[in-house]
Amino acid sequence: MTFQANPRHLAGSTPRVGQPHTRNEDACHDLSIRVRDLNLWYGESQALKGLDIDLFQKNITALIGPSGCGKSTFLRCLNRMNDLIPGVRIEGLVEMDGRDVNQVKMDEVALRRRVGMVFQKPNPFPKSIYENIAYAPRMHDLVSRKPEQDELVEKALRDAGLWEEVKDKLHQPGTSLSGGQQQRLCIARAIAVQPDVILMDEPTSALDPISTATIEDLMDRLKEQFTIITVTHNMQQAARVADYTAFFHLGEIIEYNDTRTMFANPATKKAEDYITGRYG
Amino acid sequence: MSQTFDEISAQLRRRHRRSARLKWVSMGALGLAGLFLLWFFSDMLSKGLPAFQQAQIQVEIDYNEDAARMGRAALDRDLSRLVSRTFERMIPVQMRENPELLGSKETRWVLADSEVDQYLKGHRHKLNDAQRALVDELEAEGRVELRFNTTFFTTGDSKMPEASGILSAAVGTIMTMLVTLAIAFPIGVMTAVYLEEFAPDNRFTQLIEININNLAAIPSILFGLLGLAIFINFFGVPRSSPLVGGMTLALMTLPVIIIATRTALRSVPDAIRHAAFGVGCSRWQVVRDHVLPLAMPGIMTGSIIGLAQAMGETAPLIIVGMVAFIPDVSASFTEAATVLPAQVFTWAGEPEKAFVEKTAGGILVLLAILIFLNATAVILRKKFERRW
Amino acid sequence: MQTDQLLSLFGGVLLLLGLIAFFLGRAKAARVRAGGTTMHAQPDQYAWFAVLATAGPAIAVSAVGAFLLLLLEVEIPELGLLAGSLAVAAIGLGLGMRQVRPDFHARKAIERVIRGALLTAALISILTTFGILISIVFEALRFFQMHSFWEFITGTVWNPGASFLAAAGRAEEGASAAQFGSLPLFAGTFMITAIAMLVAIPVGLLAAIYMAEFAPRGVRTLAKPTLEVLAGIPTVVYGFFAAITVAPIIVSIANAFGLDAAFNNAVAPGIVMGIMIIPFISSLSDDVINSVPDSMRQGALALGMTKGETIRDVVLPAALPGIISASLLAVSRALGETMIVVMAAGMRPNLTANPFEDMTTVTVRIVAALTGDLEFESAETLSAFALGLVLFAVTLSLNLVSVLMIRRFREKYRVNNL
Repeated sequence: MTFQANPRHLAGSTPRVGQPHTRNEDACHDLSIRVRDLNLWYGESQALKGLDIDLFQKNITALIGPSGCGKSTFLRCLNRMNDLIPGVRIEGLVEMDGRDVNQVKMDEVALRRRVGMVFQKPNPFPKSIYENIAYAPRMHDLVSRKPEQDELVEKALRDAGLWEEVKDKLHQPGTSLSGGQQQRLCIARAIAVQPDVILMDEPTSALDPISTATIEDLMDRLKEQFTIITVTHNMQQAARVADYTAFFHLGEIIEYNDTRTMFANPATKKAEDYITGRYG
Repeated sequence: MSQTFDEISAQLRRRHRRSARLKWVSMGALGLAGLFLLWFFSDMLSKGLPAFQQAQIQVEIDYNEDAARMGRAALDRDLSRLVSRTFERMIPVQMRENPELLGSKETRWVLADSEVDQYLKGHRHKLNDAQRALVDELEAEGRVELRFNTTFFTTGDSKMPEASGILSAAVGTIMTMLVTLAIAFPIGVMTAVYLEEFAPDNRFTQLIEININNLAAIPSILFGLLGLAIFINFFGVPRSSPLVGGMTLALMTLPVIIIATRTALRSVPDAIRHAAFGVGCSRWQVVRDHVLPLAMPGIMTGSIIGLAQAMGETAPLIIVGMVAFIPDVSASFTEAATVLPAQVFTWAGEPEKAFVEKTAGGILVLLAILIFLNATAVILRKKFERRW
Repeated sequence: MQTDQLLSLFGGVLLLLGLIAFFLGRAKAARVRAGGTTMHAQPDQYAWFAVLATAGPAIAVSAVGAFLLLLLEVEIPELGLLAGSLAVAAIGLGLGMRQVRPDFHARKAIERVIRGALLTAALISILTTFGILISIVFEALRFFQMHSFWEFITGTVWNPGASFLAAAGRAEEGASAAQFGSLPLFAGTFMITAIAMLVAIPVGLLAAIYMAEFAPRGVRTLAKPTLEVLAGIPTVVYGFFAAITVAPIIVSIANAFGLDAAFNNAVAPGIVMGIMIIPFISSLSDDVINSVPDSMRQGALALGMTKGETIRDVVLPAALPGIISASLLAVSRALGETMIVVMAAGMRPNLTANPFEDMTTVTVRIVAALTGDLEFESAETLSAFALGLVLFAVTLSLNLVSVLMIRRFREKYRVNNL
C-alpha cells in the first residue's frame, strides 16, 4: 500500500474516513450504507483490503476499476451474496440502518429483501412476465388480493419502462423477451419488492448500445426512489449516470469522489491513468 | 419508509421454518434410501451367510451285503435318517467300483441331512423329538458339527438342499458371458467408432443414434422374446444353451458398450487427431493407432459395467430356457446350461426351507462378483482418468 | 461329414490361403518396389488387401450358402458349398495378387472395406430393434387371427387354461372356452407400477434435491454412487427380497390394521421395485438440478427468497422437463420389470383396486406363457407375444417422450452433459 493510494490521507478537505474527496452539491447526503475496514478472503488470497466507504441514499454510486479489482466482490458483500461461495471469509463492518449486516444473527434473507440486485446477464425466472414480477411481492405479503397484485405489476413495469412493450403479452414466458427487455424485466422484478438499495453488477455489459441507453435513462429515474450502486466497466456510463464514483484497484478503494471531479480532475495518479485509458 | 430489519425478520420466521423443513425432509429421503440399502444387505447377509456352513456328521460305515443294494443299510438305523441321502445313494456305487470294500468298516465325516443342518443353525426344521435328542447327544460328543460348506462351491444343482451347489451355474455364467463379450464387444466398439469417427452427420446416422438410446431402455424381457422367436425358432440355435443366452444378452449389452465407447472416444481431444492427420495418417490409421489406445480405459470400464449388468440379468434367459435343472457341469456352448441368477430363481421357487438359505447364499456370491466387477471398473477409471 | 468338421476344415483352409495371400502379396510388392518403381501404398497394405480379397468373398459365399441351406432348405450339398467357397477364395487370391501394382491404391481400398465393416456393425443395432419388432409383431398377428383384438384390449377375463385343448383340436372338450381379456393384467401392472412410483419419485426427487442443493460436496460424491448400487443389484435378487422379506412384513402390518393381505400382494413387489428405481430418478434429477444455471438461484435469493422457496419456485420449475423425463424413464422401467413381479406378485389375473390382494402383471403372464411345456403354436404361447407387443409400444413411446423432454431442457439451458 502506497501512501498516495489511501484517499483519506490525500487532501485536507476530506478528513473523515470513507467520505468522498469532494462533494456533489446536487446529491442527497443521507447515509445508506457505511463500510469500515472491510476485508475479504477467498481461501488464502485476500480480495478486499480494508475498505472504508459511505454510500448515500437516493444516489447512484458507480464502482469502477480494472477487472479483478474486487468491485463486484464488494458489491456482493452488501447483500451477502458472497455467503453462497464456499471458502469466503469476511471481516469488518457493513452497517445499514444501524445494523451490522455481516453478523450471524442478521437474517441475510431480510437483508436481501431490502437490498435488491440486478445481475450482469439477465436472469428472468422460467415463468411468465407477470409471474416474474408478482412472485416475490406475493411471497413477501406485500400484496394480498389479485387487483392489488395487478396494480403492483403494472407499476413495476411502468417504472422499469417496460409496460408499453409487454402489456399485451404479460402471460408469455419472460425468456421470450429480447436481452434488453429481459434486463428491464429483472429491474422491474427488483423494484417490485420495494427495496431501499438496488445493486447492479454491470447491468448493461451483455446488451446492445440502444438497450444500454434505455437502462441508463431508467437508472436516472429510479434514483428518485432508490439508492443505486452499480459496477461498471464502461467509463462513459459511470460519467453519464453516477453522482459519486469509487475507483477500485487490487482490492482497495484508491479514490472515492464526486463523479464530475473524478473524471475531470482525479486526485490520484492511478485513477487518472485508468480513466484516461492507460490500463484497464 | 420501508420496513425495518426486525419487522421483516418477524415476517420471515415462518418461511425460514419451511425452508429448513425442506432441508430436513430431503436429507431424510436420502437417509431413507441409504437405510433401504442397509436393510437389504443386512437381510441378505443374515439369510445367506449360514449357507457357507453345512452340518457334517461322523458315522461308522459298514460295507455289508445289504449296503451293496441299499446304501442306508451301511449305517446305524437311527443315524441313517440324519445323513444326507445323496451320500447314502453313493455307497452301492462305490461298492460296485471297489468290490474289496465288502466286509470292511470305516468311520468318516459325511454330509448331514439338511434338517439336521437347519436344526443346528436354529432354523425351522422337521426333526422329531427323538432325532433332536440324538443330534444333541452327538453334538455333545463332538460327532456333529457345522463346517465350511465346500459342497456349495463344488457341485451343481440338486433336489437335496444339502447337496446343491453353484458350480454348474457359475460355469454356465462364465460361458454365457464369454459369448456375450465375444459378440457385444467388437460390434459395440465398431459401431461407436463408426458413429464417432466415420459417420457423416445425416438423418441416417441420427436414426442409428436414437435407435441405440431406445434399445438401452427396452424392457429386457422383450430381448428374450427376440431370442426365442429369432435365434431359437428361426435360426435353430439350441434352446437353453449358453450360445443362445449369450447372444440374447449380447444384444442387450450392446447399447451400454456403444454409449460408453462413444463417451471415451469423444473425450480424446481433436488435437491428437489433427496431429496424426498432419503426419499423413489415413482416418483408420488415426483411429487404430492414436484414438483407440487412448480411449481404451474408458471402453474397458464401460464394457465391464455392461458385463456386470448382463451377468445379473434373468428375465430374457428364462424365456430362452436357461432355467433348466443342471446337476452336472457341462462345458459345451450348445448344451443346456444355467447361470447364477437363474439358479437363484430356481432355488427361490423350491418349497424346502433349507433352499431359502441356499438362495441367499447364491445371491451373496452373485453380489460379490458384481461388486468386484464394478469396483474394478471404478478403479480402472480412477487410474486412467485423464483430463485434457 | 459333421457340420463342425466342415466348419473347421473351411476355417483351416481359409486361414492357410490368407497367410499365402499375405506373404505372396508382400513379397510381390517388395519386389516391385525394389525394382525402383514408386508405389501408392506400403507392401504390408498390399498384403492386407490380398488377404481381404481372398477371405472376404469366400466368407460371403459360404454365409449365403449356409443361409439358403438352413433357412430356406434349398438342397445344396454341403461339400459342394465348401468346395465352392474355397474356389472363390482361390480366385480372390489370384485377383488380389494382380492388384499388387504401383498404380493401385491399396490403402484406400482397405479403408473402404474397413468403413464398410464398421457400418455393418452399426446396422446391427438397427437390426436388433427390427428383430424385436418383427418377432413380436408376427407372432402377435398370429394370435390375433385366433382371438379378436377388441376382446384382447377390452376383455376383463384372462383365462388361457383351455387353449391347449383348442390347439390339439379338441376345443369342445374344454370346460370353458379360453378367454384372453388383458385388462386385469394391465390393471395389475399399473397398480404395481403406481406403488413403485409412489416410493421412487418422492424419495428419489427429494434425495436429488438434498444432494444438489444442500449436501456438502463430500456427502454428494459419496451418496451418489452409493445410491447407484441400488440400481446395480440384479432384479432376481430384489424378487427374492420382496417375496421372502418384504411380503411377510406387509402382511403382518395389514393384519395389524385388520386388513386381509395375500402373501403375493401387490404392495411388496411395488415397494421393492420402487427402491430399485430410486437411483434412476435421483441420479438424473440431480444432474438436471445441477445444470439449472446458478443465475436463477441468485436471482431469487437476491429478491429475499429463502433457500427452500428458491428451490421450490425457481429451481424445480426450471428442472421440471428433466425431472419428468427421468420419471417417464422410471415408469417405462417399472412396466417392463419382470423378475420382481414373477417372484413376488401373484399368478391370478385379478381386476381389483385393493393392493393387498394378489394380482398379476403383463410380464408375469409372458413368462408363464413361455415356460410351460406348451406347444409353440398354442394361443397361450402366442398371447405372450401379443402382450409383448403392447409392452413394446408403451415403453417405446415413454422413452421417446422422455428423450424429447430432456432434449428440450438441454436446448433451453445449453447444457451438454445430459
